Amino acid sequence: MIEFRQVGKTYPDGTTAVEEFSLTVPSHSTAVLLGSSGCGKTTLLRMVNRMVEPSTGSVLIDEEDISGVEPVALRRRIGYVMQHSGLLPHRRVIDNIATVPRLNGASRADARKRGYELMEIVGLDAKLGLRYPGQLSGGQQQRVGVARGLASDPNILLMDEPFGAVDPLVRVELQRELARVQEELKKTIIFVTHDIDEALTLGDQIVVLKTGGAVAASGTPAELLANRQDEFVSRFLGLDSGARSLSAEKTDDGELLISDAQGRPLGVVHDQDRGPARDSQVHPQDQAR
Amino acid sequence: MNNVMEALTWLFTADAWTGSGGLWVRAMEHLGYTLLALGISAAVALPLGLLIGHTGRGRGAAVLATGAARALPTLGLLTLVALFTGIGLTAPMAALVILAAPSVLAGAYAGIESVNPATVDAARAQGMNGWQVLTLVEIPLGLPLILSGLRLAALQVIATATLAAYVGAGGLGRPLFLGLQTYDYPTMLGASIVVILLAILVDAVFGLGQRVLRRLPGLAGPQRAPRAERRRTARRAVTTGH
Repeated sequence: MIEFRQVGKTYPDGTTAVEEFSLTVPSHSTAVLLGSSGCGKTTLLRMVNRMVEPSTGSVLIDEEDISGVEPVALRRRIGYVMQHSGLLPHRRVIDNIATVPRLNGASRADARKRGYELMEIVGLDAKLGLRYPGQLSGGQQQRVGVARGLASDPNILLMDEPFGAVDPLVRVELQRELARVQEELKKTIIFVTHDIDEALTLGDQIVVLKTGGAVAASGTPAELLANRQDEFVSRFLGLDSGARSLSAEKTDDGELLISDAQGRPLGVVHDQDRGPARDSQVHPQDQAR
Repeated sequence: MNNVMEALTWLFTADAWTGSGGLWVRAMEHLGYTLLALGISAAVALPLGLLIGHTGRGRGAAVLATGAARALPTLGLLTLVALFTGIGLTAPMAALVILAAPSVLAGAYAGIESVNPATVDAARAQGMNGWQVLTLVEIPLGLPLILSGLRLAALQVIATATLAAYVGAGGLGRPLFLGLQTYDYPTMLGASIVVILLAILVDAVFGLGQRVLRRLPGLAGPQRAPRAERRRTARRAVTTGH
């Protein structure tokens, strides 16, 4: 369990990144910090492994205040995955993954063996292990980053926009893979993103942040979508512009054709009771766009 | 032109190279001085430069100090030190170390600074301590520039080490100054040519070292895929028109 207790961060030059923030992330669940750039979400994430020291308040892991834990030791038991992978370019993929086990004193052979296990878990071909990071695609590099984060079998995984720099197709695939891995490994994950779809896909709990780490809304994905009270949240989630409203149209076969706000057909719902066709909200010419 | 021909002729005689005062002995002395000066500079300036690059502190002071050291006229410095230490190797060595140190220092901190901050940040976030970040990440990735500093310093020292003979030490300055004093221009010129050859040789060794570094996949500037894959990608690009 990770607990933020009224943490705040003010830098020496007077800028306030986070004013006062509290959150509890239960063990084995994924919390997504969602917000645009400059909302302090990365700052909050980095407080958990003491890459950033809070100016006020405290962060607790399993009831233990981490300000008393030696940062280097703390970081070695917390997985960290970042945007652009942050891999060491002069080391082979397998040795990148084995970084933390090696730091923890594992022999080179044991660490590499562990590395190959992880490559399999994150869906990487073992023969890529002897390549250098620069010889992999962006998506592959991110998988290596995830594997490295998992290498010491940490309870906690911190993910800072890990899929932000890959193309949308690969991103969706990586999200699916992460969900699968999480299903298996049940880590406590804090995931930072500005991508609402990513948040809805991965979060057990989503916290929408405004500037200064102020919580605009928080809850499960379903609660968040149902909540239209807060204007900021609606706008951020795209509820106000109708970008997330769907419309249904009865087809001749009695099935429901679902389309999004732009009239783009998304799929069909097989209708059981074959009732009378409802008013169509989607015109054929819209669909053609 | 006559002097050049005579110098070359002299260089091709066995007499010029053999004996206790021959060019071979002098060249080895010269090389020895260079390595010693470079070694002392590296011992002092490398750790300092790495520290400055790693901590980001003291950079302003380092720039000022190296600028000032570079402005010092080496001959003046040599004479000044020699006034205190007398003739021998101490004074030229002090002068050469001060000549070489700024390049070594600048190369070291520039090398560390050239490492991508995101890579360093990631290494820290994985749980590397300061020493591990320096030795496992910053030094290996900064090596090309660190080596450039040493290369530059080596060339400066080789060219300047002739001054050692000015205060009674050996090296290729001996035949050079002898030629100057006795109006024996072919000898002077011949010694200069040997200095130049030595400089080219040392530079080539460093160049080779840097070339080897560049061939290491992780240190190459733009990252390249293995050859087979490159060809495949190229073919795909051609067929799909990307």
